[in-house]
Amino acid sequence: MLDQLISSLTDGLLLGFVYGVAAMGLTLIWGVMSVINLAHGPVIALGMFGTYLLFTHLGVNPYLAMVPVAGAGLIVGLVIYVIAVHRVINAPHLSSLLATFAVNMIIIGVGTAVFSTSPQNIDYSLGSVEVGFLTFPASRLVGAFGAILVTACLYLFLYFTRPGKAIRAVANNRMASELMGIPSSRVLALSFGLGTMMAAVAGGLIATFFPFTILSGGPYELKSFVICVLGGLGNPLGALVGGLILGGLEGLIPTFMPVSWVPVVEFGLFVLVLLVRPSGLFGAK
Amino acid sequence: MKPWRNPGFWLPLVIVLVWGAVVLLIHQDTMRETAFILLMAVGLASSLNILLGYTGYVSFGHIVFFGLGGYTGFYLLSEQGWPLFAAAIGGGLLSALIAGLVGLAVLRLRGAYFALATIGINEAARAFVSNFEPFGGPTGMFVNFSAYQKYGGPGEALWITFIFLWVTTMVVLLVSYLVKHSRFGLGLLAIREDEDAAMVMGVKAPKAKTITYIISAFFPGVIGTLYFFKNGNVEPGDAFQLHMSIEMLVMVMLGGMGTVMGPLLGAVGYQWLRGYLLTSPIFKDLHLAVAGAMLLLIILFVPAGVVGWVRNHFRRLQKVLE
Repeated sequence: MLDQLISSLTDGLLLGFVYGVAAMGLTLIWGVMSVINLAHGPVIALGMFGTYLLFTHLGVNPYLAMVPVAGAGLIVGLVIYVIAVHRVINAPHLSSLLATFAVNMIIIGVGTAVFSTSPQNIDYSLGSVEVGFLTFPASRLVGAFGAILVTACLYLFLYFTRPGKAIRAVANNRMASELMGIPSSRVLALSFGLGTMMAAVAGGLIATFFPFTILSGGPYELKSFVICVLGGLGNPLGALVGGLILGGLEGLIPTFMPVSWVPVVEFGLFVLVLLVRPSGLFGAK
Repeated sequence: MKPWRNPGFWLPLVIVLVWGAVVLLIHQDTMRETAFILLMAVGLASSLNILLGYTGYVSFGHIVFFGLGGYTGFYLLSEQGWPLFAAAIGGGLLSALIAGLVGLAVLRLRGAYFALATIGINEAARAFVSNFEPFGGPTGMFVNFSAYQKYGGPGEALWITFIFLWVTTMVVLLVSYLVKHSRFGLGLLAIREDEDAAMVMGVKAPKAKTITYIISAFFPGVIGTLYFFKNGNVEPGDAFQLHMSIEMLVMVMLGGMGTVMGPLLGAVGYQWLRGYLLTSPIFKDLHLAVAGAMLLLIILFVPAGVVGWVRNHFRRLQKVLE
């Protein structure tokens, strides 16, 4: 019993790292510009398909494919920002929510027409790893490692480069940073691009675990909301921890009750945290 | 001013009245089905508008009341043998009750936090209903065929459902107007503009918001019962579709939020467009993308919606379009 518990917990935690990356993208965008990006899910799905296309048609190793997928994700984010978000950045929340949702519909609509909704998978296995009594697919381990790597890069970027510092300045106070000569529009576009880049990378990593369709981004987008709220909206490190919590829960709950109850617990927790501590479990009051 | 002298008051009502009467007179099944879907959209959009348009609170999960109310009404009707009228009211009342309880807690959140919470509630409700055995779990429920016998067979039952929906839609539009033009509604509009200032001026914001939430949740519950009775079955996937919530938002935005006429025009316009795109050979694969592009254009360039735009540009029509 304990063995099983530990092994499903480990499995969930490893998955949690990847959830964390997706959520980090969402929380970064929220933290910098107070926009909830409802186009996050489709971008995750695009990341999945990018990796899939590179792997099946060009034979690129799926992990190596993350690099071009990340680049494409950044560009997609910049385009979305310029077309849909920039005009409504100062409008009430409803406008930016609906604008990003419109982008969501466009991507899903075109994606469905191009890829159809039949499930695909990346046929690439790394075998499995055994640690003591634990056995899990090696792709989970590599995925978690990739997630940590991405987090580290984001941290280094935000704290030790000029554009990264500009992003933090704009997140802190847009007006003041503009007065200090930071071109805030460009910084906002860059942050949006980074956010969608994280989504695309997370999508690519998830694609190495599970089969997917163009609609698969939706559930991960919802998970990202839950994670962001757990970790505190706008707090990237909190997002990683929130991802681990959610992954851990997903690992543990099925050992106690039927799998179908997982979403009830997840979203119940989500609403509860929003009500009791809207700043997140680790945020300042 | 007496309301019946104001065209803004009677115009939407007369449009729906005549529309339903024409459908009843022609008495054709396909026409009834089309009108049913359209009237349902009008009712849902208008009830969402009571919350969204007047208080400015964005509910992304308004469909949860459609689903929960529909489920309850369907259960009362099919398993407990209640008459349609009572079951629909029961569904609406349950929705209203849940809205009251949820609203007391969730309406403390503002802006995007509230929007996120409503998404969470919708997903939690769907997951819960999928696991709730009295409601049939993941497979849902089918109508007990004897339920139709009371109304003279399935054919007649569908017409009765339609009439009931028609009346409900008119009631929604009437309530929407009355709320907007009452002292209570003025308080809501003040909350929309600046909640803190409104509270300072003596608007009891928490109470007013909760009452509004309850009103706007009641009607989707009624409409849900009618819709699922018409369909003959109900299942979690159908009842809590997040994209239907969004479609309701699009309809309200298209027509113009905070107006009585807006949701009516927006709902009909959106459904018409959707039907056109779905059946046209060029766009049928891309209908979602085209609808998305349209939504984006509206938000970026005509945020007031059709009715809002007309009101801003033609002052004379302000009295006609409320």
